[in-house]
Amino acid sequence: MTPDDIRTRIRAALPDADVSVRDTTGGGDHFDATVVSAAFAGKGPVERHRLVYAALSDAMAGPTAPIHALALTTATPEEYQRK
Amino acid sequence: MTDELRKRIGDTIARGRVMLFMKGNPAMPQCGFSAAVVGILKQTGVPFDSYNILADQELREGLKEYSSWPTFPQLYVDGKLVGGADIVRDLHAKGELQQILTAHS
Repeated sequence: MTPDDIRTRIRAALPDADVSVRDTTGGGDHFDATVVSAAFAGKGPVERHRLVYAALSDAMAGPTAPIHALALTTATPEEYQRK
Repeated sequence: MTDELRKRIGDTIARGRVMLFMKGNPAMPQCGFSAAVVGILKQTGVPFDSYNILADQELREGLKEYSSWPTFPQLYVDGKLVGGADIVRDLHAKGELQQILTAHS
């Protein structure tokens, strides 16, 4: 799994999303992602994470899933501007 | 998922008001993310219970489906999923975690 694979999947589910992904260990299984999308507006952190996890479900499910860890930061464009 | 497993998961979540499903146990976490959440919970001083999902493969896979959440740790308060390591860390940094842990007792 590469950061680009992850980015592509997230963008397929959230087309407006600004996605940056980093492979934190270089091993292709631990990642750090920041996702900025208007789809997060009015949603709590659990719902936001679920939206992203759903986009990656095939890569995160089961004991042999290619993604072992995904540290996730989510924001709406407005929240991101304020940072 | 069988009804039996679903019930067992619900019962396990209900074992404690603040319930952490983690890899390993608080004295010896088997993963950095689980260790981080244990550390934060200890800082809050709020008592919590934990369940070692590494010792229960059936519950481990079932809970992912039950909660639509593919990773561990998972922190529940009053039966409701608060989040995993990122969210717990974020809530703690924003000073909101303490209130979530103690609010509805």
